[in-house]
Order: sequence, then structure tokens, then C-alpha cells
Amino acid sequence: MTVDLRTNYLGMTLAHPIVPSASPITADIDHLLRLEEAGASAVVLPSLFEEQVEHEAMAVHMGLEWAKDSFAEAADGYLPDLDDYNAGPARYLELIRAAKNELKVPVIASLNGTTTGGWALYAKILADEGIDALELNIYLIAADPTLTGDQVEHQYLSLVELVRRTVEVPLAVKVGPFFSSMANMATRLISAGADGLVIFNRFYQPDIDLNQLEVVPNLILSTPAELRLVLRWIAILHGRIVGSLAATTGVAGAEEAAKLVLAGADVTMMASSLLRHGPERLRETVEGLATWLEDKGYQSLEQAKGSVSQAAVADPSAFERANYMRTLMSYSPQW
Amino acid sequence: MTPRFHRLNTMTTLFATVDGNEAAARIAHALSEVIAIYPITPASPMGEHSDAWSHLGRTNLWGVVPDVVEMQSEAGAAGAVHGSLQVGALTTTFTSSQGLLLMLPNMYKIAGELTSTVFHIAARTLATHALSIFGDHSDVMGARQTGFAMLASASVQEAQDLALVAHAATLRSRIPFLHFFDGFRTSHEVAKIAAIGDDVLKAMIDEDLIAQHRLRALSPHRPVLRGSAQDPDVFFQAREAINPYYSAVPSIVQAEMDQYAQLTGRGYHLFDYVGHPEAERVVVLMGSGVGATSEAVERLVAKGERVGMVIVRLYRPFDSDAFRAILPATTRAVAVLDRTKEPGAVGEPLYLDVVAALFEGDRPSPHVIGGRYGLSSKEFTPAMASAVLAELDRESPKRHFTVGINDDVTHASLDYSSDGWDEPEEMIRAVFFGLGSDGTVGANRASVKIIGDRTDLHAQGYFVYDSKKSGSRTISHLRFGPQPITSTYLIGPGQATFVACHQFHLLNDVDVLELASPGATFLLNSPYDSTEAWEHLPNWIQRGIVDKALDFWVVDATRIAAEAGLGGRINTVLQTCFFALSKIMPRDEALAAITEEVQRAYGKRGDVVVRRNLEAINSTLDGLQQVAIPAAAVIGVTSPGEFLESRLALAPDFVQRVTGMMLAGKGNLLPVSAMPVDGTFPTGTAQWEKRSIGTEIPFWDPSICIDCARCALVCPHAAIRFKVFDPEALQGAPDGFVSKEASGTEFVGKFLTVQVAPDDCTGCGVCVDVCPARSKEEIRHKAIDMVAKDDQLERERANFDFFLTIPDPPRHEVRLDTVKGSQMIEPLFEFSGACAGCGETPYLKLLSQQFGDRVIVANATGCSSIYGGNLPTTPWTVDETGRGPAWANSLFEDNAEFGLGMRLGLEAMEADARLLVTALLPELGQLGVEILEADQTEELGIADQRQRVESLRKQLAGIEGLLARRLEGVADALVRTSVWIVGGDGWAYDIGFGGLDHVLASGRDINILVLDTEVYSNTGGQASKATPRAAVAKFASGGKSTAKKDLGQIAMAYGNVYVAQVAMGANMTQTVKAFAEAEAHRGVSLILAYSPCIAHGIEMSTQMSHQKEAAASGYWPLFRYDPAFEAQGQPGLRLDSRKPTIRFKDFAEKEGRFAMLARANPERSSELMTSAQKDIDDRWNLYEQLVEVHRTAEYTELEDR
Repeated sequence: MTVDLRTNYLGMTLAHPIVPSASPITADIDHLLRLEEAGASAVVLPSLFEEQVEHEAMAVHMGLEWAKDSFAEAADGYLPDLDDYNAGPARYLELIRAAKNELKVPVIASLNGTTTGGWALYAKILADEGIDALELNIYLIAADPTLTGDQVEHQYLSLVELVRRTVEVPLAVKVGPFFSSMANMATRLISAGADGLVIFNRFYQPDIDLNQLEVVPNLILSTPAELRLVLRWIAILHGRIVGSLAATTGVAGAEEAAKLVLAGADVTMMASSLLRHGPERLRETVEGLATWLEDKGYQSLEQAKGSVSQAAVADPSAFERANYMRTLMSYSPQW
Repeated sequence: MTPRFHRLNTMTTLFATVDGNEAAARIAHALSEVIAIYPITPASPMGEHSDAWSHLGRTNLWGVVPDVVEMQSEAGAAGAVHGSLQVGALTTTFTSSQGLLLMLPNMYKIAGELTSTVFHIAARTLATHALSIFGDHSDVMGARQTGFAMLASASVQEAQDLALVAHAATLRSRIPFLHFFDGFRTSHEVAKIAAIGDDVLKAMIDEDLIAQHRLRALSPHRPVLRGSAQDPDVFFQAREAINPYYSAVPSIVQAEMDQYAQLTGRGYHLFDYVGHPEAERVVVLMGSGVGATSEAVERLVAKGERVGMVIVRLYRPFDSDAFRAILPATTRAVAVLDRTKEPGAVGEPLYLDVVAALFEGDRPSPHVIGGRYGLSSKEFTPAMASAVLAELDRESPKRHFTVGINDDVTHASLDYSSDGWDEPEEMIRAVFFGLGSDGTVGANRASVKIIGDRTDLHAQGYFVYDSKKSGSRTISHLRFGPQPITSTYLIGPGQATFVACHQFHLLNDVDVLELASPGATFLLNSPYDSTEAWEHLPNWIQRGIVDKALDFWVVDATRIAAEAGLGGRINTVLQTCFFALSKIMPRDEALAAITEEVQRAYGKRGDVVVRRNLEAINSTLDGLQQVAIPAAAVIGVTSPGEFLESRLALAPDFVQRVTGMMLAGKGNLLPVSAMPVDGTFPTGTAQWEKRSIGTEIPFWDPSICIDCARCALVCPHAAIRFKVFDPEALQGAPDGFVSKEASGTEFVGKFLTVQVAPDDCTGCGVCVDVCPARSKEEIRHKAIDMVAKDDQLERERANFDFFLTIPDPPRHEVRLDTVKGSQMIEPLFEFSGACAGCGETPYLKLLSQQFGDRVIVANATGCSSIYGGNLPTTPWTVDETGRGPAWANSLFEDNAEFGLGMRLGLEAMEADARLLVTALLPELGQLGVEILEADQTEELGIADQRQRVESLRKQLAGIEGLLARRLEGVADALVRTSVWIVGGDGWAYDIGFGGLDHVLASGRDINILVLDTEVYSNTGGQASKATPRAAVAKFASGGKSTAKKDLGQIAMAYGNVYVAQVAMGANMTQTVKAFAEAEAHRGVSLILAYSPCIAHGIEMSTQMSHQKEAAASGYWPLFRYDPAFEAQGQPGLRLDSRKPTIRFKDFAEKEGRFAMLARANPERSSELMTSAQKDIDDRWNLYEQLVEVHRTAEYTELEDR
């Protein structure tokens, strides 16, 4: 017997729920082809960062203009003005085109905007390239002490509404967990026009270099230990929102994928594990998931999906605070 | 660089707004298959255009992309041209000045072999008593004997038209052509011209002639021998066999001109005449001076004077018959104007040609006089041309004269007055004062183009720069009018109908309103609005506004640009104001045009660039405000430059009389008698300049300073100083003077101060970047922070003045081979006008600190010769005893030989001196013995020897006889002198490499410092053989595909050469040590010094810390090869940097030169970056093996053999 692994994500039927998430591993067509060969059921391209696109364009401009006309012998500046700088999202669009041309699986683009206009502008530009779905990678650090939680939530919702009005492609929203009421926020994001949620965003977090005494960007690849937060919220949200749920962060292999499916994930996304082990890890995960389901006697993924969600378990509080306290109490110090 | 011309299918007129270089290059590129180039100002843009066009796939007339090849020198370019021509390819080149001289040997050959080619020349001054980048005919006149035909263009239009005539005529005549136009005045003037399309080119170029050119070429299919050696029996006859071809040239050229006239309506002749048909007095000249002269002639003829002008177009072969024919029969007096000087000749070349032509005529020659004008782009105006014509009317005109200067020595100059020579009212004349970095010139170029391309008006733009690379000022001169603009001179006092000052602070130093005409519009970029601006104006500006009744407007362009996200680029804001106020175009049309121009110019750089500029434009008119002049304005009487004057009052006489005038922008007023006769100037003059261009300066916090002196070491401008002194030295210190107890056992009881020179700092921030001392409480606070200057200025001025009075320690008491020790010595290279944050100058400053009181510098032409020796001042200076570096620049190509010659001369004089001391030992006694036996390996020994030589001089004064007198002349050679040959990579790797190699092999006591910016920095960033693979540069706009030359390894191959590769920012200790070791090595030493440059596209404030990555990636490995190590039985090579810890990509992606290609062509970039990484890996692999290698054979092995 072969288990039917098909799953529905954002209205698309995927062969199985294992999808490489937005990361450097999806940044070029050679990698994408290897991922597809390894069995990826869809791919999420790296985020197009509005801020980076604009910063790079201005850097080119200022680099060419700076020092121009400063000296009679160098009136034209010091760098040759080339014919084309692939400015703006050109390179990203090329990646989309290549992915759409060469891959058979759905291609999901990802967007991180800075300005309201930018979200709408770039969402449309990406949608016009024929992507199968769009993931909004919303990254807001509410560092302004005068900004209230309400205002922050409003910003999220406004953005989703704006993009929804602008494009018709299936829309996923990738957010972090830092809301006072995650469940409420999830529901409102869906109401604002999202077709699904991707939880959770792992923000780039700063670190301090103790030698240089400098703040440095640092991204540490995720580990299965980080699965729990995602697992909890997939389990809580499953059946409570009218949209797809994608789990990301901490999916190292089939074991984590199986847990997330049981909790209610439509899709489980992988990045760190693929970066560590290569595209073949994806195939191993798909096969491992199938084997586990089969061993457990499931006929299809849909049958297992959400079967251990909060709504489906005997003790719903197991996913809430009581669980946390019991864990603490059962933890024995090692010293 | 997008081509601005569009190909035409019909012979309709198409206007283009271009400069002379682009106009000529377009023709050359379209009609060539091979273009061999080498950078030289002001011709470089012709090569840059050609390289860029070919890179973009732009084809020539026959659908082939010309192969544009950069050579190692102009001599190399000429050789490559010669070879390419020999096999039948259509070939061209571009050059100027000394570059043309380097081509001369090949030009004789090319002409002697009757080979069709055109060399396009932006005519430039030859270096004599001084280098000058500006224009005159001294270079092309030096080529008139080569056998090339010479065709002179007088305007941008002609630079295009006659370029084509030259290409057509060379094919028909077989005589090679030198087509020239005036450097800068024409090469860099932007003007509206009637462009020509391919149809005209095709009609002018005869395909049969090309076929014949091919048939004459070398081919093994029809072999011939060319370039034989001939003996007295036939050489003479063979040389004369060529004569018919030269005889035919004038008629061929005229026929081509006639053909061109038929095609375009623009007719030219070998000589053209302008003026009264029955003129009695006639001026003869060629080049851009024609414009000013034609205006003078027209005005004088209109007044009834019978005057005229002959324009020389075909100068060689000089057609005497045609010249005599063009001259009105009524001519009684002729003045010939030469833009060159031939000392010792009866007259200048054109004068002699005219005299001879008239002498050879059938009728009596008119009276002929000859004069010089316009050397090095000296202004030549209608008033001056009029003075020449007036001279012809005198009873006894000067036979030989100059015009445009005041020669109060030989009194050859003509007096002239600009009174009555106001420019026509219907013309708009606008001048703009700005800074090099603010985009003023670029915006004005765009304005000229907009008006030229979109209106019926004619347009002209010419741009003047000062001689500094940091904080340089620019003045743009723009003219617009209904008639073609012939005014080939700057807009003069009282002539500008529109004046804009784009930087408020310039008002304090420059009387920007001197050029304004009564009732003109004055636009000021002002942080103050219309209600506040008036009270912040210097009173001479207030007076100018009132006296001339100016229409005064302000706009805060800096704020508008910043709010739009454009940083300090105020160009589009002020361009919008210009169009709004000048009313040249209806406002809506102008705004639409500016918008389109922004989209055209910036579109490929990204939507955000366009969007931000458009935002700025849209915000501009709301911020443009007219200023009401207060009814009872109280205006003071001060004048600009008072601070400068107060400082100059303390300066030596020469600086006050001469340098001070140049600093005040009045160098044109200096008479001949003020100038040194041999190009010799005092050093120590940059200290009087006090440009005060930094808006922020370093602020020292002694409480956290760790006394490392790195800030002083790296300062590119010697504007931050480090001194250790006894506490007694603080007596009389100003209240605000700060010091601290010095740390370290050797400095017990001493104090130290880190002091900024507030008016000399450029605010580059390099000192802050390297400062390792941070506050424990607030990490961003360092022992050196940048702070706003205005709050510190007065206090720090007083502090710096006091700091300079604190005595320096004697050299022999400090460790000059350490960072700290070297920085305790006063720099003898200070306050240069190099770019803010320059990567080269810290090395020169270090050199001056370590050995400055006994150094002679041979400096190759390039950045270091410009910031080192471009008047008005020099950063090379003297210590309190008056000693310091002696500096000279010979040429670009010969610097190694020049420096070797210095050493040879010194050695010869030392030998002479030692012989004389020996001969005089009976009189000199013990002193003589000590002099002969002196050990000068250490500073103390040198100081002692210097004392002995001073004693010797005293003794010699009392000794009679020739020997003593001769010894007085050479005694200084007994003190060890350190000869340093300094130059950039363009010199060392390319044009001067042959000489450099010879010096490396010489074994003499010579030090060579290569300031390696990996690009021709001074001429604007062209690729050299030091340019790394994968970097873009001019002449390598597709990314350099070959690896950087390993000059260090080449030098190490000699075995007896000390070689060090250093990067100050990567390892300061190694750098300082390497300089000390190099100087101590009694043989040839070569230091390759990594010198970040603005051409790298990096943030210069962090250039020093960036160098760490250059070393860490293995891109710039640090090493020293010391023959002394070999002598000690150790391998000679020591690697001073560790095995690469980061990838090349991690270093390169932070530099624009690599990143631009990655954006423009990611595939090629990726390919080249991979190769570049391999270059690094391979080189490191080799070096790692070399550090194990002994090159010195064991004695026994030698014996066995």
C-alpha cells in the first residue's frame, strides 16, 4: 500500500507537504533543479527585499556620481558607466522566469517590503511574472516606544489588505510569534485576505562580537529544539482559521514533519536542514514521512493531518500553559 | 556610456549636444577596425568612449565591432597602430602632449611608408618648466616634421567634420593625418552641433581606396619587404620619391571638403577668410582662438575697420598658393598668432610658414609680425584679438609679441582692455559655482543638452576646476543664444545674466557676483529662507546684490535633496531652479524635459534613483523663494578671503607676493617678473593655504587614548599630529590645550598630545576608523571622534599654533622603525590637496617622517605629482632647520631612470668630495679623517656627519685654493642622501616598467615606492596591468579578464633587491618596518604599497580597516624579501600575513569596481571572480613554497662545480 501524501496548500494540490522555504538554497536555478529532482513539491524563492533593492540601486548611483566632476582630469568620474545594472528587481525576476520555465512544481515568490507603496508595487511586479503564489514576509521590529500593539497589528493587516487588493495570486503571510493574541491575529490576517499563514518567521538577530565589540548580524541555522513553538501554534490554529497552515523552523527531517502534520500543518518547510545536508535531505524526509504514515497504518496524509491538533486531542490544555509548568517541574537540574 | 548619436538613414540634419572628444571619437570609432589607446588628459575620453562603445557592441561603418586595445604607453599604442596598419586594418589612436611625443618615432615610419591613418589629438601643453594638462599647440607643433598631414579644428562642430575629412583624405592621399583640436577648450566644451549620419560617412569613404589600402598591406600571399636599411647610395633619392604624394594632399583635402559641403552644407577650405573683403590688417591663426578672433573682427568691421582673419585648417602640407590666394590683395599687415613657444627661433612655426609663403609670392609681402597667445589654455578673448589688430595699425608694431599676459621683463606683451567688449544682449550667459562632489557640473552638462536638443537655441558649456582633488571648486560657464556660439572664452566680469552659487560657504571665500551683469538673476543654495538669508550674507555679497540690482532667489537644495534620499546630490534641485528662473523654456516644458533627462540618465540604475530625483524636482519650486532686499540695507566693507590674508601676512615674501595671489584666484594678474625663471619653487607652502574644507574634524579624548599614534600615522593629510614632550613645554599653552601623561617605560614623566590642524583637515574620518581605544561605557565613543568643526575651530586653531611650537625630539632619539616612534617626528609632507581619505599619502607622510630631512624624491607624473606639485602650493615642507625633501617630477615614463640619475650624480659628487677631502687632509686633519670614516648606517651617525660637514664648511672658508672651492660645491654629498623613486602603478607596471626593471637590475642604493591604486587614478580610473581580474575600470568596462601582474615576484627574481609588499591598514607595524628596512638596504629596494582609491568605489573613511580584508583574503599578501636574510643563511622571503581566512568574494563585494560588474553582468562576474580566487590561491601556494626556499647556494656546492 502506498500512502497518499497529497496536500492542499493555498488552493494548490501538492504531491506532498515537504517544501523548501525561502533561503539561500532556493536562490539560483541550479539549486532549484536539484531540489525538484530531490522531490520538492513546491519551492519558495528567497525574499525580494524592497529595502535591499533600493539600497543597491542607490549605491550604484552614488558610486557612479560620487567624485564625478571633482577634478579636471577625471571629469567623468572614476568608474565606467555600464549599459545595464539589472537595477531594481531585475535579477529576482530572472530567477522567477528561470524557475517557471524549468520547474514543474509550483513556484512561490516571497516579498519583504519597506514602504506601503513598495509592498503593492513589488507584489504586482512579482505576480505579473506568473508565480503560483506569493508569500509576504512581514518583518516589523516595533522599536518605537510610542507605537502601540494595536498600531502594529493594524500595519500588518493593512499591508495584507493592500496586497490582496493589488494581486489575485494565492497569498501566504509569514509572521513571527510576537503578538499578544496570536490566534486572534491569525484569524484577522486570514480575514484581511491571506489564503494561509506561514509560522514562524525566524528574524535575523543581531549578535555582539566580543573581540571587536561590534554588533554583527548573525543567523544560526535552526534545530529541532525550535520545533515546539511552531508545533504548538499549528496545533492551536488548525481548524480555527479558514486558510492553509505552513510550518517552518525546526523541521530537520521526517520525524518533525510527521509531528507537524499530526498537529495540522498543510505544508512543512525546510531550510536549515537542507543547507546542512543538501537537497537529498528532502527526499529522505518525504520517504521517511511516507514510511512512518504507512507503518502507523494511515492511508493518506489528509487522514493524519490535524489528528493531534488542539481540537482533536483529549486534553486541549496540553498545548497551553499547564503543559509548560509541568515541563518545568519535571526538569531536573544537572548540577 | 550610452551613445548619444543615432544612426541616420537620410541626410537630414540631426543635432547632438556633445563635447569635442565625443564628436571626434564617434567618427574615429565608426571608421576603424583597430583602436590602440593609452590614457592621457585631455584625450582620454576619446579612448573611453571607444572602449565603452565597443564593449556595448557598437559597430563601425561595416558592421564590425572595432577592437579597442589599451597599450602600456603611447609609444606602445603607436607601435600597435603601425603594425595593424601594416597588415591592412583601418586603425586609429588618440593622444595629447607628451603622449604624442612618444609616438613620434613611429609617426616618421608610418608617414615614410605612406600609410593611411588618422591620429586624433586633443592638443595640450608640453611639459617644460612645469607640467600642464591644459591646451596649446606645443605638442602638435612638435610633430610637424614627421610627415603627417595636419588638420586643425577650431570648434566642437569642426572636431566632427574635419575628423571625417581627415579619414577620407588619408585614404585618398596615402599620407597619414594628425587631426587636432584644442585640449579642454574644444575637447571638453559641450556644444550643440549638426551631427552626421552613416549615410554621410559612407558617401565620404571610398571603398576602392580601402581595398587599395588592403592590397598594399603585408601578406604572405604577396610578400614584400618594408622597413629596409638603406645606404648613402639610395636613401636620399628614396626619401624624395615621396614628394608627389605631399604635393597632392592640398587638392585632395579640398576635394574632400567640397564633397563634405555638398553632403552637409558645411563648407571648409584649406584656409578660410573672415572679415572685410578689402582688409588691410589680417590676423592668421588656427584652433579655438578662431572663435574669439572672429567676434573681434566682426565687431571691428561693423565699426568700419578694414580688418580680417585667416583661419588655417590644413597646416601641413602648408599650401602657400592657397594661403596667398585667400589673403585680401589689400592686406598691408599680417599678425600671425601661434599657440606655442619655440625658444630661440626667429619666430614660432606658423609665423615662419606665413613669412615664407608671402616671401615666395609674386607680389611684395605685407608687413608680418608674430605673437604667442593662449599657452596652457590661457584665456584668449576678443579684446586680446583686437589688441593684436590694433598693434598692426601702429607705426612700429612689435615684430614679436605676446598677448594675454603682462610681460614686464622683456616687455613683449601687448596691452589690452576688456572695456567695450560686452557680449551680445540676446545671449543668456550663466555661471554656476559649486563643488566637485555636488553634481553641479553634471547638471549643467545636462542643461546644455536639454536646451541644445529641445530648443532652437544654440548652447555651449565649459567647466573650470581648481587643482585640488578634495573639496575642489567648480565654475560652470554656460551660454545659450539664437546664433551659433563662437565665444571660446570664459564669461567675464559683469557679463553673466544668471549667477548661481550652489554652496553657501563659497560666499565667504569667493566674490561670486563679480561675474554678474546689472539686473542679473542670483540663485543661492541657502539653509536660510527668504526672510533670513539676507542677514547671513557676507557684506560684499550684499553690496553686489544692491549695486547691481540683482534679482535674488534662495532655495534650500541641500534639505530638499536630503529629504528625497539623495544625500548631498543637489544637482536636480538646482537645475530645476535654473530652468524656472532663466525662462529659457516654458516652465512646464522645462520640467518635462528635466524629468525625461533624469529618466534617460538614471533609468538603468533603477526606478528608485529616478523616483527620488523626481521627488526632489517636484519639491523644488515650492522651496524656491525670492528675497526682498531690505530698503535700508546696512552693508559693511569687508572683502572675501580676509582669513587667508591674515595668515599670509605671516608667510615668507615669495608666498605673500606670488603664492598668495594664486590662492586668492588672482594668478592671472601676476606679471612675468613674479615668476621663477626655471620652474623652481619653495616648498612648505601648503601650510599657508588653510582651505578649511572639512565640516567635521577629529576631537581627542585623552582619558581613553592609549597613545598608539595610529591616528597620526594614517592621516592622509597630516592634519592630526602626535607629539611627546617634557611637561615644561606646556608653558604658555592656550587654555583649551589638552595633553596627558604618556604611557610606556621610555616615556616616564613625559606628556603627549594628539592635535588636529582644524583648517587643514578634510574631515575624511580615517583617524576615527583606525582608533582602537573605545569608551568602556559607550562603545561608539572613541579616543578620536568626529565632531562639528564650527564649535571647535577657534580653540583648535590656537591649540595647533601652540602645538607647532613644542620642540620635536631629535631623530636619533626615537625608534623610527616603530609606529609610535615614527609619528613623534614632524611630517614633512602635509596638507595635500589629495582626495579626502587618500590611500597613497599616508605612505609619503611616513617616508617624510622617517627620512625627510635627507630625501630627494623623483616623482612620476600621476596623482602624487599633482597633489605633490600642482601649484599654487606643495605639501612637501621643511623642518625647523630648513631641511626637508627635495622633489622633482620629470615625466611619466622615465621616473625610474630619473631617480637613478639622481643617485648616480650623488655618488659621483660623493666620490669627488671624498677625493678632495683626502687631498686636503693636511689642512683638515682629524675632521677630514672622521668624515672619510664616518658610519652613517644610523640616524645618529648621519647627524654627526652633518655636523662634521658644517664644520668642514667653516674650515674651508679659511683654506685658499681651487680644491677647497671645489669641495665647497660637493661637500653636501658627504652626508648620506636617501633617493626615493615614487610613482603609481600606471608608471611602475606599464609605461615606466622598462626603466624600472633597469633600475632594479642596477644594484645602486635606490628606494622605489609604488603607490599601487591598481588603476590610472589621476586620469580618471583607466585599467593598468596592476588592475585585478574581475574589476571594471575605464578601458576595461567589461571587467578585466587577465590577472594582475606580480611585480614583487619579478623584482625578487633579481635576488639582491629588497622587496616589500605592504598595506598600512592591514599591518601598520610591518609597513613602518618595511620602509625602515628598505631605506637601510644598500642596494635597490622596492616597496609595493596598497593604496585604496576612490576609483575602487569604496567608502574612503574606512579604507584602512578595509585593507585588513585585502590581506586576510590573500588578495594583497604582505611580505618582505630581504637579501640580508639570505646573507644570514635564511630564506629571503618572509610572509607577514597569515594564510587567507576569508574568500576573495567577501573582500571584493564591498568594492564598487567588482560589485558593478556583478550587477551588470553576473555571469561574467562570477566567472572572473572564480578565476580571481584561483589567482589568489595559486599565488599563495607559490609564496608558501618560496618562504622555504634558499636561493643562495652553499659554498661547498659551488666549489664542487
